[in-house]
Amino acid sequence: MARRITFQQAINEALAQEMERDETVVIFGEDVAGGMGAPGEDDAWGGVLGVTKGLYAKFPGRVIDTPISESAYVGAAAGAAASGLRPVAELMFVDFMGVCLDQIFNQAAKFRYMFGGKAVTPMVIRTMFGAGIRAASQHSQALYPIFTHIPGLKVVVPATPYDAKGLLIQSIRDEDPVIFLEHKMLYAMEGDVPEEPYAIPFGEAEVVREGSDVTVVAIGRMVHLAAQAAAELDGAGIGCEIIDPRTTSPLDTETILESVEHTGRLVVVDEANPRCGMAADIVAMVSQEAFGNLKAAPRMVTPPHTPVPFSPVLEDAYVPGPDAIAEAIRATAGAATRA
Amino acid sequence: MSVTAPPRVGDLTKEQLLEAYRAMRTIREFEERLHREFATGEIPGFVHLYAGEEAIAAGICAHLRPDDYVASTHRGHGHAIAKGCDVKAMMAEIYGKQTGLCHGKGGSMHIADLDKGMLGANGIVGGGPPLVCGVGLTAKVKQTDQVAISFTGDGGSNQGTFLESLNLAAAWHLPCVFVVENNGYAESTSSNFHQSGIDVAKRGDGFGLPGVVVDGFDFFAVHEVAGAAIARARSGGGPTLIECKVNRYYGHFEGDQQTYRGPHEVEDLRAKRDCLDAFARRVQEMGMLDAVDLAAIDRDVAALIEEAVVAAKAAPNPTVADVLTDVYVAY
Repeated sequence: MARRITFQQAINEALAQEMERDETVVIFGEDVAGGMGAPGEDDAWGGVLGVTKGLYAKFPGRVIDTPISESAYVGAAAGAAASGLRPVAELMFVDFMGVCLDQIFNQAAKFRYMFGGKAVTPMVIRTMFGAGIRAASQHSQALYPIFTHIPGLKVVVPATPYDAKGLLIQSIRDEDPVIFLEHKMLYAMEGDVPEEPYAIPFGEAEVVREGSDVTVVAIGRMVHLAAQAAAELDGAGIGCEIIDPRTTSPLDTETILESVEHTGRLVVVDEANPRCGMAADIVAMVSQEAFGNLKAAPRMVTPPHTPVPFSPVLEDAYVPGPDAIAEAIRATAGAATRA
Repeated sequence: MSVTAPPRVGDLTKEQLLEAYRAMRTIREFEERLHREFATGEIPGFVHLYAGEEAIAAGICAHLRPDDYVASTHRGHGHAIAKGCDVKAMMAEIYGKQTGLCHGKGGSMHIADLDKGMLGANGIVGGGPPLVCGVGLTAKVKQTDQVAISFTGDGGSNQGTFLESLNLAAAWHLPCVFVVENNGYAESTSSNFHQSGIDVAKRGDGFGLPGVVVDGFDFFAVHEVAGAAIARARSGGGPTLIECKVNRYYGHFEGDQQTYRGPHEVEDLRAKRDCLDAFARRVQEMGMLDAVDLAAIDRDVAALIEEAVVAAKAAPNPTVADVLTDVYVAY
C-alpha cells in the first residue's frame, strides 16, 4: 500500500528491506552508524544526514563505520562483492570520488570484463550530489557523467521517492557495480511510495508528462524544475513532453528517440557541467540517430562550465532554473522549421 | 617488530616439501621461458617476471586453502601459480588466446581466477590491498575462517591505498595478511631512496598490527612467518604485515635495460641468492628429499611448461565478437 514518505525515508526503507531479505547485504561508509567506538550512542548519526538512521540497531554487524579512507573502503566494497557480499558503500559526497576513483573505475568496473566473465561485482556506491545548499565547490557537483563514461558501471539518478526506492532495490540486486546518486535537495521531497519492496528495471525512462511540441529530457532534480517550466509554457500553448531517463547508464535511448520522432524538437536539462556531460551526450545521440526528425537545433540547458560557487547569489545563478529552462524551450519551439 | 628465529624444516612433511618445490620450480620455469619467448616478439603487451622471488609466493600460499584469497601485483604470475591457477590457461592468457584463464581479455597484468581465490594481478600499483580488506570483511560477516592475502611490492607500499588498508584492516580487525615483497626497486627507483631504506614492516607499529621482516629468498623462513600470521588471522587475531626482503632476477618489465643495477648485481643474485638452490640443499642436508625426487619434479615441470607454450601458440584467438561480451554495452 502506498503512503507518502520522503525521498530520504524511501532510501532508508529500501536498504532495510533488502538487508532483511538478503543477509549478504552490508552497509559501510563514513558515519553510516555514526558513533561506533565513541562513549555515547554507537549510531548517533545514522549517516551525515541521517539517511541510514535506525539500520545499525536492526542489523547488528552489518552497518559499519569506516575511517575517512575512501580508497580503502570503496576498494573493500569491490573485494567484498567479488567474494560473496552485496555491499552498499556510502561515499558521503560524490565530490570525494577523486580520492577513490581508481578503486571504482580500474578495479570494480573492470573485473567482470578483464577476468573473462568469471567475476561478478554486485556493489552499490550511494552518494550525495548536486548544488543548492551553499556547500560550495567541493560538496556540490553533479559528477554522474564521469561514471557514465566508464564501461562496466551502471549509473542511477532518481528524481522521486518512488524511483529512489525501486531503483535502489534494483541496484542492490544487480550483479554489476552501481553508482546511485542522491540529490541532496530532494531528500525532504515527499511522494507516494508502496510499503512493499519493488524493483524498477534499469534503462527504462519515465515519461513524466506528455506533450507534442518539445521533448525535454531532464535528469535528477532538473526533472522538477523542467516540470515547473513546462507548466508555465502550457499557458503559452507550448506542449512539453518531459522524459526522465532515471539511469544514465544504461540510457533508454528508445524512449527519447520515439518522443523526438513526434515532437521534432529537443531540450536537455542537466545539472552537470556542459563539457562531455549528459546533455552533450544525449544531444549527440539524438543528432546522429534522428537527424531527419529534428525540426530545429537541439538545445542544452546546463550550468556554466565553472566550479560551483558558494555565495547564494552566485550559486542561484549557476544552477539552471525554471526560467532558463523555459527560455530554452521557447527558443527551440519558436525556431523556424529547417528546410 | 621482530626478526625471525633461524628457520627450521620444522614439521613440513615430505609431500608438503615436494609441493613447495614444485610450486617454486614451476614459477621459475614459467618465468624463464616467458623471458625467452618474449624476446621473440610473439607475446603482446607487457610482462613483469617474478623469477628470484618464488620462495615468497610458495611460502605464503602453502598455508592457504582453495577458498582463501590472494590479491596480486603487476608481477603476478608467481602468486597465481602458487594459488593453484591452471598453468596452461595462464600461458594461453599471456599469449592473448581464447583458451586463456580470462579468455584473452586480461593478459599478464590482469590474470585472475576467482574460483581459485586469485583476485587478479593488478595493473595499478597498490590496487590490491583495499580489495583484500573487502574479502576479509566477507569472511568476517559470513563467519567463515577464510583469510585474504595482499601481495604488494615496495613500490606499492608507498601508496595511500596500502596505508589506508593497514588501518582499515586493523580498525575492522580483519583476517588479512599484508605481504610486502621488497625487491629493492619500485620500477627503477631504489627502496634505499623511496623509503630511505627503512623497513616497511615498521609501519605496522603505526597501525597497531605486528610487522615482521623475513628473508624472502628463504622458503622456510617465509613459510614459518606466514604460518603464524595466517593462523592468527584465521583464528580471529587480526591482520599482520610481513616484509620479505628479496630481489628480482629480471627488470621491472621485459625490455627494461636495468642500467640502474649495480655491476654484476643479477649474476651475484643468481649465484648466491637462489631460493631453489637453497631449498634443494636444505632438504637434502636434512635427509627429507633426495636429488632423484627433485629431478623428477624438474622434468615434470619442464614438460608442463613446454606443453603450455606449445598449446598457447596453437590456441585460437578470441573472436572479434568477444569484444562486446562480459560487460554492459548497450548505450
